Amino acid sequence: MSPLPGYLVLSSFLFAIGLAGALIRRNAILVLVGIELMLNAANLNFIAFWRFSEHPEALTGILFVIFSIAVAAAEAAVGLALVISIYRHYKTTNLDQVNRLQG
Amino acid sequence: MSFSFSLIAAVTAAAAVAAVGMRNLVHCVLALTLAFAGLAAAYLQLGAQFVGFVQILVYVGAVAILIVFAILLTRGSESANTPMLSKGWISGVLIAVLVLGVLIYALASSSALPRGIPPAPDIAVRQVGDALMRRFVLPLEIVGLLLTAALIGGVIIAMQEPKKPAASPEQGRAQRGPTDPTTHSHP
Repeated sequence: MSPLPGYLVLSSFLFAIGLAGALIRRNAILVLVGIELMLNAANLNFIAFWRFSEHPEALTGILFVIFSIAVAAAEAAVGLALVISIYRHYKTTNLDQVNRLQG
Repeated sequence: MSFSFSLIAAVTAAAAVAAVGMRNLVHCVLALTLAFAGLAAAYLQLGAQFVGFVQILVYVGAVAILIVFAILLTRGSESANTPMLSKGWISGVLIAVLVLGVLIYALASSSALPRGIPPAPDIAVRQVGDALMRRFVLPLEIVGLLLTAALIGGVIIAMQEPKKPAASPEQGRAQRGPTDPTTHSHP
């Protein structure tokens, strides 16, 4: 069993990769992919801290992650529906061209 | 640092990099699925069996398929020579590197991390279900309501728009009329 910092470093790396993907990619679907990676990094943190906590029988980390996964699934469904709706309006998923709110 | 953890971490990190860095969108989603599977393996290694299998069911099973279908439905917009990165990508990379640096610095300078390894908790799925049905039953109901709302909202947002949004006045009168249209089909 590996100690806690290994999991935390992996989780930090996944979060940074997800953040970079959400910030630099043009395609709206890949921005959602980056957001999913960030949510998964947070889930890995919860599970790692639960495993190395003093009272793992309280189950708080596991239940938080279960609710987080449910909320992330709802977010993915609504987000992809929005992407499809944007594609139907603009005929593109390129976020640099969807700039009607830019003022 | 055990060998299995190093393997899982390397595969997951490489798949995450590929998921946001490749040009072909379908390849991106395949790499993302591999990253989700690697995270499920990490959960299993940490002793959270239920969360590991939920991760496989929800992410590898459902979310990846959903993203593939979204790519399928929006495929016509991209071409081979469109730039992959957005205009301000340098600042995006800088922000991500900065966030990673701050997180690693906070980790390295933290004194709250436990030194030893506690014994592996023996958590059965029965206990998780027990907690969901007793202590966390109100959040469970709220999540059910949220999923229903997300389902209805997703369907409404992605629903096909009518071809003629402005209906003609004759159609409007016919729809508002008191007679049932099915009675006309059987004279």
